[in-house]
This record gives sequence, structure tokens and C-alpha cells, in this order.
Amino acid sequence: MPSLAPTLSSPSAGAPPAASGVRRRTRTAYLLLIPGLLWLGIFFVIPLVSLFFTSLQAPTDKAGVYQPALQVSNYLVALQEYWPQFIRSFVYAGIATVLALVIAYPLAYFIAFRAGKWKALMLVLVVAPFFASFLLRTYAWRTILSDEGAITTFFNALHLLPQGRILNTPIAVVLGLTYNFLPFMILPLFAALDKIDPRLIEASKDLYAKPSTAFRKVIWPLSLPGVVAGTLLTFIPAAGDYINATLLGAPGDRMVGNAIQTNFLQFRDYPTASALSFILMAIILTLVFVYIRRAGTEDLV
Amino acid sequence: MTVAQGSEVQDLNLVDLVKSFGDFVAVDDLTLTIPAGSFFALLGPSGCGKTTTLRMVAGLEEPTSGRIMLGTQDITDEKPYKRQVNTVFQSYALFPHLDIFENVAFGLRRRGVKNVDAQVNDMLELVELGPMARRKPAQLSGGQQQRVAVARALINHPGVLLLDEPLGALDLKLRRQMQIELKRIQDEVGTTFVHVTHDQEEAMTMADTVAVMNKGRIEQMGPPVDIYDLPRTAFVANFLGQSNLAQGSVSGTSGDNLVVSSSGASFTLPSERSVRQDGDLLIGVRPEKLAIDAADADTVPDRHNRLSGKVTDASFTGVSTQYLVMTTWGDEWIIFEQNRSADLHQLGDEVVIHWAPEHTFGLEIPAGG
Ligand SMILES: Nc1ncnc2c1ncn2[C@@H]1O[C@H](COP(=O)(O)OP(=O)(O)O)[C@@H](O)[C@H]1O
Ligand SMILES: [Mg+2]
Repeated sequence: MPSLAPTLSSPSAGAPPAASGVRRRTRTAYLLLIPGLLWLGIFFVIPLVSLFFTSLQAPTDKAGVYQPALQVSNYLVALQEYWPQFIRSFVYAGIATVLALVIAYPLAYFIAFRAGKWKALMLVLVVAPFFASFLLRTYAWRTILSDEGAITTFFNALHLLPQGRILNTPIAVVLGLTYNFLPFMILPLFAALDKIDPRLIEASKDLYAKPSTAFRKVIWPLSLPGVVAGTLLTFIPAAGDYINATLLGAPGDRMVGNAIQTNFLQFRDYPTASALSFILMAIILTLVFVYIRRAGTEDLV
Repeated sequence: MTVAQGSEVQDLNLVDLVKSFGDFVAVDDLTLTIPAGSFFALLGPSGCGKTTTLRMVAGLEEPTSGRIMLGTQDITDEKPYKRQVNTVFQSYALFPHLDIFENVAFGLRRRGVKNVDAQVNDMLELVELGPMARRKPAQLSGGQQQRVAVARALINHPGVLLLDEPLGALDLKLRRQMQIELKRIQDEVGTTFVHVTHDQEEAMTMADTVAVMNKGRIEQMGPPVDIYDLPRTAFVANFLGQSNLAQGSVSGTSGDNLVVSSSGASFTLPSERSVRQDGDLLIGVRPEKLAIDAADADTVPDRHNRLSGKVTDASFTGVSTQYLVMTTWGDEWIIFEQNRSADLHQLGDEVVIHWAPEHTFGLEIPAGG
């Protein structure tokens, strides 16, 4: 915070004490950074580097034992074998993100503008599911969507289900993903909408904007930061998820997360699992980068 | 620039307008006519219902009862986005995601105007913001934002432009400058301006007509000079400028004048300047209408009202001196005297205050005071 120095000490007070004060303050700032940097180093950088070297290892004679190497072909093999899982991951996560946005936006809008004294209670209800375990909640969906359950019976009566069921189909996986990551969509949307000054909406009405136009030209553009944050917070974990596909999907609905899990824990094929992780990370980073660039420069008028 | 497209400039009529929030009556049976093309000021203390009145005219608040007429058209139930009325909001409410050009063009685009460039540039020229067209509102100073808010509303050629304390957020110097600026713009475009303010000096310097509002009602309305000269309620007498008031009762008449006795003294005033012709009343006079002389002076004209007292404070301000004089019955009167001569009255001097009867006004005694 060197810029604060001139206001903290008057110029006539003499330069040396002020300068040493700044140095002491910057040193404190660096000291305060150390725990964070240590945390990042131990729990992020070191595992990442080790994962990267694992992804290039070559097999030995003994199963489950690998030796250091620079076997780049691991990546090609992983892609060749698991590209359908990649596609499914991004398609399921994409649909779940869109569904979550469609459900969350009106809800967040209501909480921000219409809930009045119920605002705090409604926000608590949004995060309430976090008090139960993720695994348990997903498991509960097996009952909700079970073949004899009310929902499946209802849709079957209308002949709307191609496979005659919901559980163990991609529909159940997408529903599970949507449900599980919905709060991550609602909260940033709420934060963005809550910040919008209602007087801006009044001003747009005063300037001949119908309610629908006021939404398109004022509310939506001003809520975009929330939309971007919410879609990222939903899409990224959904694309890497494997619990929903395991519990709610059929073996043919497996996602990349499942492939990584089975390679690590069942096949003990650590290089393939690591390569899959790195490919997933690279694709997500690229998508996020492109998405943010587009959202940032989009012509909003 | 003329009011070519858009609506004709028309009278705005508020008829028996009432707005209640629960039990609280914010606007109480307001009836007034705002003539087309006038610069109209709605003046009143904070919380008296000015903003609520404007919001009803703009369509942002639904009246509890009463009608709003623009010319011959009843707009009471018209949606805000259909009304030929635009507002300069107290907080400006500029769209933060749009640049100045698009802020100003907003209304035109919503009404489907195809080529907005020429009009927007003209308007930015009028408010002297041409070079700022591509900046965002946050990059402008308070005074510039204020002018954008005016331009954004005015470009739609509204039948009436509503301004809700538009200068309230500006510092004194900028406020004076913007008062002149707004007056110039109004002269140039000829649109009816309804200017809400709690600053009596602002209302008097800018408006053709001032309506003084108190507790949801209009107390008095007219040209500022007239209201200042002849306030009709004690509230107006003290809110618009300052007044010296004394309680008395009518003791008789002499020709066209009323004779009022008050604490042993006797005053006369033209009967048409009093709201009461008998019984108890307040008489009042403006501080600059008073003359102050030494108690033994023989220069007081016979026809003048007079009272005696003792100087308790004298502050010299250059062009004038402001005296406080304690009257014999214990009220403190305020007197502004121009410094024509060098002999000032000193603290503790016995003096006589006198004034012409035609500068006196008679008021109803307010309830509870
Ligand atoms: N939406 C509302 N709900 C309840 N009371 C309100 C509302 N809007 C205004 N009021 C009350 O009405 C009165 C007049 O408010 P307002 O018109 O804003 O006054 P002004 O603009 O003259 O300062 C105030 O006492 C205010 O508290
Ligand atoms: Mg107000």
C-alpha cells in the first residue's frame, strides 16, 4: 500500500520515517501472504506437478507399478479410449447449466426484488441442502425417480419417456447435476440482481420501456456478471462430477469423472487417470477463457 | 431547438389527488393547474409529499384517488411507459452499463426512432456534453451526470418534464451555475418544467410560479414576488423568506384599513392584505420592510406602524446590517437595514421600529401555535 503513505504522513514530516514506515508495512503485507502461499504450494502446485509427471509414466512388468518416463502417447490413448465420456461430460454439464440458469434466474429475481422481509429466510432455504451430505441427497433422487415412483408413473402415463424410465438414464444424470449445483447458480445471480438499483428500472419505464424491454435492456445486462459467475460455478464442477452418473445413470451414461475414478481406483492405471485429469482441466480452462472473453466484449445494446 | 415532434406542450392538471400509504396521507387532496410552458416550482420541506406527487404524475405511483390530466387527456391510469411525461430523478438513475450517448438515446430507441444520431448530438450539444458521448456515467462529475439526466429526459420532447430536486446533490457553486443552466434550457425548449425543491431561494430565482407545499397540501401558489409580498399562511411566511409575526386582534376599521391591537400597541393594515377581517389573527412584516431609528427620533412618519424595543444583536454584513430587537412584550424581531449611513445602532440601544401599513399582512393563527 505505498500509495497511502503520502496521506498518512504530511510532507513536512520528513521523508526517512515515512519511507521506513512504508517498508515495514509492505513487509507485514508479505508476511500475511505466507500462509496462503504455503497452502497453495502444498495443496495445489506440488500435487499438480506430481500429477503431471504421473501422466507421462510408462508401465513396468508388474501390474500397477509405473516408472518415470516421458510417454506423451498416454494422452492420445486416453483420448481415443474415453472421448465418448468427454462428450457426455460436457453435454450433460451444458444441459444442466442451462436448466439451472432457467430455474435459478426467476427465483433469484424474486428473492432480490419481491421477497421483502422473507429475503433472508429464502436465502437460508437456498443453502439449506448443504446441511445434508451430497452423497445422501443424490441417493435420495434414486427413490424420487424410481421406476415405481410418482414422477416416472406420471410421465409414462403420458408416454413421454423413450426408455420407459428415468432412473438409470441420462435424464436422471442431468436432473441430478442440475439439482446438486443449483445453489451455485442462485447465489451469484441473487448477488448481481440484488445490487441493481430499482430506480434504474423505474427510469427505464419512464423512458418508454415496456416491462419486457426493461428486462432485456437494463436488468439482464446488469445481471450478466452474476450469470457468468453462476454458469461457471455450475458448469465446472458438473463437468468433473462422477457421483451423479454413478448413482443415477446406467453404465452407458458414464462421464469423464467416472473414467478417472475407475482408472485410479480399479485399474490402478495412474498415467491414464492423470492424463484424463489434465485433458479435462485443459478443456475446461479453454472453454472458460473463451466464454469470459465473449461475455466481456459482448455488445449489450 | 423547438418542440417539433413529440407531444404538444399542454397544461398539467391535478384534480383532488390523494395518496395514502396505509393510514398515512402523503398527498392530501391536491388540486392544481400547471400552465403549459411554465417553469413551475413545487417547494416544501422534506417529507411533505413532493416526490410522491411527481411519481404519481410520472405513473410510478398509483393515486389513491383523484385524476391527472395532461391537456384534455386523462392519464391517471396510463402506464408510465406510455405517458408523455419524463423525469429527471433525484439520484439521476443513469444506466451504468450504457455510455452517455446510449443513455440519452434510450427513450428514442424504445419508441422506435430510426436515426437517433442527429437528435442525440443536438441534445448533447444543448447540455454542453458533446465530447463526453462515449464515456460511461461513472466517468462523469456530478454536474455532468445531472446534465445527462436532463438530456436523457428532454430528448423525448415530453409534455411535462419532472425534476425531483435535480440540484440537491451538487455543491453550492455548481448548484447556482446549474440553476442558470436549467433556466436557459427551459427558455430554449419551451417545455413545461415541474421543479421540486426544498430550497426556497432556488424556487424563487428559477420559477415563474411557485407552489408552497406542507404536509401533503398546497398552502399557497403564485408568482414568487406575489407570494413573498403577501404570504397567506404563517407556514408560507416563514418557509419562503423570513417574517416577523405578532399576535393581535381586530379592534376596528378605518377606511380600507383594519386596526389591530396587539400587546397594547395598535397597528393598521389594508384589509385586503389580511385573511381575517375580525377576531384574533397574526400580523406580519418582512425584515427588510422595517426601518429602525433611535427611540427619541422624530423622523417616524405618522402613518407608520411602530413599536419600540431594545437592540439585542447587530451583525454587520457589508451591504446591510441585521438587527435583532427585543420588543417590549418579549418577542425578538429581525430587521435588515441597508448601510446607507455610518451611524449604526449599538447593542442595548433603545430603538423604534416602524414600517408602512401596506407592507403588513394578516394571517390566520395556526392551530397549536
Ligand atoms: N412507499 C412508501 N411507503 C410508505 N410511506 C411512504 C412511501 N413513499 C413515501 N412515503 C412517505 O410519504 C411522505 C412524503 O414522502 P415524499 O413524497 O418522498 O416527500 P418529499 O419528496 O417531499 O421529501 C414521507 O413521510 C414518506 O415517509
Ligand atoms: Mg423527495
